[in-house]
Amino acid sequence: MQMPTPSADILARKTEIVACLRQVLPASAVIDDPFETKAYECDALAAYRCPPLAVVLPASTEETAAALKACHEMGVPVVPRGSGTSLAGGALPTEDSVILGVARLTQVLETDYENRFIRVQSGRTNLSVTGAVETNGFFYAPDPSSQLACAIAGNIAMNSGGAHCLKYGVTTNNLLGVKMVTMAGEIIEIGGAHLDAAGYDLLGLICGSEGQLGVVTEATLRILAKPEGARPVLIGFDSNEVAGACVADIIRAGVLPVAIEFMDRPVIRAAEKFTHAGYPDVEALLIIEVEGSEAEIAEQLGKITEIAQKHNPVELRESQSAEESANIWKGRKAAFGAMGQINDYMCLDGTIPVSKLPETLRGITALSKQYGLDVGNVFHAGDGNMHPLILYDANKPGDLELCEAMGADILKLCVEVGGCLTGEHGVGVEKRELMHAQFGADDLEVQMAVKDVFDPKWLLNPAKVFPLDASEGRR
Amino acid sequence: MTPATEAELAEIIAQAKTPFEIIGGGTRQIGRVEGTPLHTGGLSGISLYEPEALTLVAQAGTPLAEIEALLADNNQRLPFEPYDLRALQGTTGTPTIGGVVATNASGPRRISAGACRDSLIGVRFVDGLGRIIKNGGRVMKNVTGYDLVKLLAGSHGTLGVLTEVSFKLLPAPQATATVLVGEGEATSATTMAKAMASPYDVSGAAHAGGVTVLRVEGLEGSVRYRSEALATLLGGESGPFDWEAQRDVQAFAGRVGDVWRVSVKPSDGPATAEALRKLGAEEVLFDWAGGLLWVLAEAGSDLRAGLTSGHATLIRGEGQAFPPEPSPLATLSAALRQKFDPRGLLNPGRMG
Repeated sequence: MQMPTPSADILARKTEIVACLRQVLPASAVIDDPFETKAYECDALAAYRCPPLAVVLPASTEETAAALKACHEMGVPVVPRGSGTSLAGGALPTEDSVILGVARLTQVLETDYENRFIRVQSGRTNLSVTGAVETNGFFYAPDPSSQLACAIAGNIAMNSGGAHCLKYGVTTNNLLGVKMVTMAGEIIEIGGAHLDAAGYDLLGLICGSEGQLGVVTEATLRILAKPEGARPVLIGFDSNEVAGACVADIIRAGVLPVAIEFMDRPVIRAAEKFTHAGYPDVEALLIIEVEGSEAEIAEQLGKITEIAQKHNPVELRESQSAEESANIWKGRKAAFGAMGQINDYMCLDGTIPVSKLPETLRGITALSKQYGLDVGNVFHAGDGNMHPLILYDANKPGDLELCEAMGADILKLCVEVGGCLTGEHGVGVEKRELMHAQFGADDLEVQMAVKDVFDPKWLLNPAKVFPLDASEGRR
Repeated sequence: MTPATEAELAEIIAQAKTPFEIIGGGTRQIGRVEGTPLHTGGLSGISLYEPEALTLVAQAGTPLAEIEALLADNNQRLPFEPYDLRALQGTTGTPTIGGVVATNASGPRRISAGACRDSLIGVRFVDGLGRIIKNGGRVMKNVTGYDLVKLLAGSHGTLGVLTEVSFKLLPAPQATATVLVGEGEATSATTMAKAMASPYDVSGAAHAGGVTVLRVEGLEGSVRYRSEALATLLGGESGPFDWEAQRDVQAFAGRVGDVWRVSVKPSDGPATAEALRKLGAEEVLFDWAGGLLWVLAEAGSDLRAGLTSGHATLIRGEGQAFPPEPSPLATLSAALRQKFDPRGLLNPGRMG
């Protein structure tokens, strides 16, 4: 993976740049000690590391604006950072960039149960948003698996999803407004407690723009009333095709579960070994969760099990208690960690039309043989978002490159069958060069023209999202 | 002009020297445009429908009725309940799916299923330079590149001419029930907020003429359970209600006066209605749990002065149709429009 050559001029001006940042920010908000900036050298795509020139940690929107304005005037690139949980390298610095972290912006600014929203500073973690409203019977729906650590700022930048999007949508469907600072230091407010924009849907444009259009410091989020209850059922099949057909039949029957999770045999085995969740040793496992009152849950699960029985499942286990529900989810939630016990792994994030599941899984198996690397599949089966986990050995020279090449081939396969490169992790640096596989030159040109509007000098997270050859003339 | 293919449309725009008025079915036109009529009706047909994947792709000029009929045959539907303003606006064309997207037309289910922009997962369009652009796709989870899909929804044909649109669908419900609560406007916002704060998954919350109505949809047993629970919670009872009439604002059809569509913070609804009455509003219907006001007003009234939050669009009548944006946003919007349509060919005069 290539990054642009850092600007020698900026590196030479480091002392002056840091001094200028200290002039506009409190002393504790500017970090330039190389031992401390090292903590910001990577995000969750840990294979790539590069300490930044400096780090700023503003404690308010005004301080964020001051920092951005100063960097803008000095021509210094800025890389925004939430909690650094990006799997795509969205917060990966360059040597000549300043990291702008929102970690100190953690306050709840307003909770309004009558109008069902919460306004928070963007450094607040996803789970703690729900934490702030759950005693009143509400929750914030998007639930990325990193939700204990990940920040709302990063959720907005990447338009994060989660396991329950089939019913509740992703971040963009639950975001009502933002306060944002542009690279030039201008503070703007978009949206709010009312629905839908007056003019263009700038909010929809900001969400998922990977921190390239502005730094979000506050967010107004939709909160929802908690359902009365939820219960999963676990269904095992002896073939991926049959599991896929069962999912299709459930959706066709008009039942809309809140989550349909799919795991294949390598992941089932790893998860079982790691968590002893009691998973059967089958080819494909579905976890389907429904919500509602006791009677509603029974009505939905009745329909689902009736459909599933027609596909001759090897095992069908409806949870009978909170403890059993937790057990059913335990293995799925620990799946990535369990695979990590076996080896290093790379987690992909392509989305496919759900009808192409069997074909795509066969293609992945063929690629696994071709490259000689094992792969396990976790899949949000309701919405087509796949998470193939490719196992490799980071200590073996050449293995990472082999794994990346195989990952690229899997993502190209996702695009070929009608899907896309990334469903919820974002492009970052990881999939940047693959954008040519999904988009034509004009498609990319129009997107880059949008960045020209918000950040004409291309200083905000400039080496991300767009293939370096496509963005070269602008950066 | 009525191009028959996307390529032909691209050629027409690339060669053009003078502006166009983009027309789908011509049933949702807001504000005035001076330009050569450019019809999208030649780009018609459903390109892909996968019920088991809850996905539909259609050319922009496809009649909405054709899509809704196909979905109904398969017990599915567009989640956002697009409204039909023909009776209200006195138009007679055939509504197209492209027009629905261009105006982000979203009915009462907006509060639970989102707006048109929330179900829209992909677009193809021709920009003001005649370039064919695609964004999003046919899968419901997609964060690859910037989300121009949302930007195009509700852009009223000013950023590009839509040629193809893709949607995420929902199953049609087995059953529907409405709970009616007799009460005045002042307390309706609280009733609707209480319903929305309940776990009963309310998919419509409206108020007019001394009655607040709450809708639940889903499996039969579940609908029975939730409508009973809501009736107990709010002190109402189940009964009939015409949600299609609510959606299409039929109450104001054929009546004299301007029609405004106002989006506010729901709890501001009743106070806003009071303020608007002082400025010429004659009748107010509430939807979206009180956050959407359909207002019939004396012709020529300017209701915008009465808003403390949100925005107002003049749907029928003479005057500034689109709400003005605050300056930093107006500057960004103008700059975006300049990038998508540097020659000012697409619906000049519409949207600011």
